[in-house]
Amino acid sequence: MITLDNVTLGQGGFALSADVTFRRGVCTAIMGPSGGGKSTLLHGLAGFLPARTGRITVAGLDVTDQPPAVRPVSLLFQDNNLFPHMTIAQNVGLGLRPDLKLTDDQHVRVEAMLADMGLEGMGARRPAAMSGGQASRAALARALLRDKPVLLLDEPFAALGPAMRADMMALLRRVMADKALTVLIVSHQPEDAARIADDIAVVAEGRVAPPQDRETLLANPPGALRDYLG
Amino acid sequence: MARRALSISTGLGAAAIVIVVALTLGTIVPLLWIAEAPGRIVGADWAVLRFTVVQAFLSAVLSVLFAVPLARALARRQFWGRQALLLLLGAPFIVPVIVAVLGILAVWGRSGWLSDGLGALGLPALDIYGMTGVLLAHVFFNLPLVTRMLLTGWAAIRAEQFRLAAQLGFGPRDMLRHVEAPMLREVLPGAGLVVFLICLTSFAVALTLGGGPRATTLELAIYQSLRFDFDLSRAAMLALVQMGVALAAAILLLGLGRPAEFADALGRVAERYDTGGLWQDRLVIGAALLFLGLPMLAVVARGAPALLTLSASIWEAALRSVTIALAATAICFALSLAIAWVLSTGRAVLAEGMVLIGLTASSLVIGTGLFILLRPIVDPFALALPLTAVVNAVMGVPFALRVLLPAVATVRRGQGQLAASLGLSRGVWLRHVLLPGIRRPAGFALGLVAAFSMGDLGIIALFGTSATATLPLEMAQLMGAYRMEAAAGAGALLLILSFMLFAVFDAGGRYDHAR
Repeated sequence: MITLDNVTLGQGGFALSADVTFRRGVCTAIMGPSGGGKSTLLHGLAGFLPARTGRITVAGLDVTDQPPAVRPVSLLFQDNNLFPHMTIAQNVGLGLRPDLKLTDDQHVRVEAMLADMGLEGMGARRPAAMSGGQASRAALARALLRDKPVLLLDEPFAALGPAMRADMMALLRRVMADKALTVLIVSHQPEDAARIADDIAVVAEGRVAPPQDRETLLANPPGALRDYLG
Repeated sequence: MARRALSISTGLGAAAIVIVVALTLGTIVPLLWIAEAPGRIVGADWAVLRFTVVQAFLSAVLSVLFAVPLARALARRQFWGRQALLLLLGAPFIVPVIVAVLGILAVWGRSGWLSDGLGALGLPALDIYGMTGVLLAHVFFNLPLVTRMLLTGWAAIRAEQFRLAAQLGFGPRDMLRHVEAPMLREVLPGAGLVVFLICLTSFAVALTLGGGPRATTLELAIYQSLRFDFDLSRAAMLALVQMGVALAAAILLLGLGRPAEFADALGRVAERYDTGGLWQDRLVIGAALLFLGLPMLAVVARGAPALLTLSASIWEAALRSVTIALAATAICFALSLAIAWVLSTGRAVLAEGMVLIGLTASSLVIGTGLFILLRPIVDPFALALPLTAVVNAVMGVPFALRVLLPAVATVRRGQGQLAASLGLSRGVWLRHVLLPGIRRPAGFALGLVAAFSMGDLGIIALFGTSATATLPLEMAQLMGAYRMEAAAGAGALLLILSFMLFAVFDAGGRYDHAR
């Protein structure tokens, strides 16, 4: 369970206020118009933005003042998730050790994770030699190796075509079920939310609305979401 | 008609290219004609070549070594006065070499502030003449240059990479290895080679701080051969060697890719999460501030009182310098604009060629070639001032071109078709479309060319006499005669005039935008 208790997050002149709880083991889609604060919310949860007010707890643990590396969350960015000068195996290995001094056992874990993501035999390639979908899988592999209970996704598949995005969503769905992850995913696509999310939270005009059941919300969307969906 | 109006004759641009190439690479012809056979390169010449290459190499290595921690500190720290420090990093582009040397001597010299301090402690005074002084001055000029190149590199690292590093728990070593080292590997070789090339053709620094058989550069040896020994064939041979070494290094540089551009990103501080190393960064920034700021402060402190008692010959020299600087700037602008027009249609190979010329050109080599060419026809010493203006203009072309070319290409791409469809005349196109469109970069580039020409101590040292001395030459002569008070006054005047010229051109370029 992730709780934001009267939290205010600031970025430049923009401020986002949140007083919400996200259910444990559930995928929540974060939706709303551009500039509403979706990325700010994820960056605040990941520790890249300090909370101006309030408290953030994850599974009862206060993480408000924790640095990003210590928080029990992994964030997948919109792009630039991989270091271009490293091989895919090295990029994924960073999830286990930042200095890349991996033990034999850790090398095996990297290989196994790559295989699990459908990237078997591609560990020696550089990101530039991978397709967009393969690079997304590699970034997801590293996030999963970090073994954090919360996965935040900031439109990580926005640059992929519809078929590849559907493929990634299916993979994500399987991983979530396998690892009992709590997932927050920013998406502009209602069909993505329909495909993967259990709940939807609308973020608009600097406010995070409490998440609601997807079916209920999409059947009767609130004003901000209705305007956004058109 | 419209098409004719817009095609501000390619012929003009081609003629400008021919002039620049003839005055730079073309000087090889008379040099080849008269140069000694390579077999006659004696031991002393080898020593000169060795010193030239070694000092340029060490200057490059030291500049890069000190620039990395400075740029790193500036890239990740926001502090009061940061913008002023970035401005100070731009100052060595405007400060005349001879003035900086005076400032360096005032701080590091035998009678400088540091030696005074050491004397008070009962320690011997510093002696920086020779390799030490040459390196000190070259690092003073090139540390800011490399730092600015590296800052651009740091600014190019995406914010997500720093976030990713923070999330993955990178320590300082991991940050350096995985995030910063790849950028440094890309930027440093090019930056180092640029410094190597600049120092290879260094003359004023070697003239004032080097000299003697153990600290003579090729440029200085050319000057001595021509001015004191009147050994034309040796001067020509040394000029050819100089050109060969510079050309080899420039080709190597182009092979590495274009040197880093000076982006507008210098003022940006990346949002980083590795907050350690604050005191190291403060120490590095403080040391750089002292190293770069103290010599400038010394020039002002020592020169300001002497400004009131400047002799008439210094004022006359100042007037000559300003006239030459303005003439050089005007010629440079005309040549650069004509060439930029021709190259703005995507003639990349020609553009690279002009960069190559800029990197290898040396006013002493050009001067030697012109001297050999002109001597049978006219007394070269009688043409000292016009020659200085023309050579300074040509030396400024590759730089001005680098700034003007993208601006001209943008205007041509954006408004060329509209102007053609309206049938604008050549004059209207130039006055109302092209010039207003490139005003800002042109003002900046011409300001730098004017400041460079104002402070140049190159070709005028070859051809100048007491009747035609410019302010830098007058200053060098005062320093040579150990009249340091008068030299300090002349230095302060030269500094003020150089900054004023830069400021007037730069402000002229910005004026329209401000409105």
